[in-house]
Amino acid sequence: MPEEFKPGCKRPELTKKSVSPETTAIDQPEKEEVQTMVKVGKPAPEFSAPAFFEGKFVNVDLSEYRGKWVLLCFYPGDFTFV
Amino acid sequence: MSVDSVFVHKMWNDTELSKMIGKDIPFPMCSDQDGRIGKMYGIYDEDGGVETRGRFIIDPDGVIQGFEVLTPPVGRNVSESIRQVQAYQLVRASNGTEATPSGWKPGKATLKPGPGLVGNVWKEWKVSEAFDE
Repeated sequence: MPEEFKPGCKRPELTKKSVSPETTAIDQPEKEEVQTMVKVGKPAPEFSAPAFFEGKFVNVDLSEYRGKWVLLCFYPGDFTFV
Repeated sequence: MSVDSVFVHKMWNDTELSKMIGKDIPFPMCSDQDGRIGKMYGIYDEDGGVETRGRFIIDPDGVIQGFEVLTPPVGRNVSESIRQVQAYQLVRASNGTEATPSGWKPGKATLKPGPGLVGNVWKEWKVSEAFDE
């Protein structure tokens, strides 16, 4: 189950993790971030994100949904239509 | 999932969405304020600083089975997303021995891919089945 966190007076701290490997090579120039589309038939990128759910603020981890079908929807912003 | 904070999600749920459906939104409203997750999925709009209408079907093994991405002015067809999940569930339950042809929805006939079906789909499936009656 997603764990609840208590928000203070500031923005909830982001605890997202990215699976894309960090570029740690020192002698390499910083690579410009290029956005690529995911592929069907390939694993969905793992993420953990703060969420509002059933009246609480929780952290949601995609891996917690293994064994279930997930419909992941992105949208431009709250108070728009989805 | 959007770039809004969880506080804004709460206000949207409390002041508008819950009034539309008579209860709280029954799934987590995730926050991706820096767009990092949207970028991993390839749907982040760098210019607008928002996420486009990307929708991903992820199976029980965590594998992406399908996606659809629309620009902001056009909304999605939720029934179609549900139909696609139902079709994937059927295919998965059949261990890939059945496939759902165009226009399939629960109750309609499936196809059983194999050498015998090659050149014979016309006997098993009619064009009218591709459309809603």
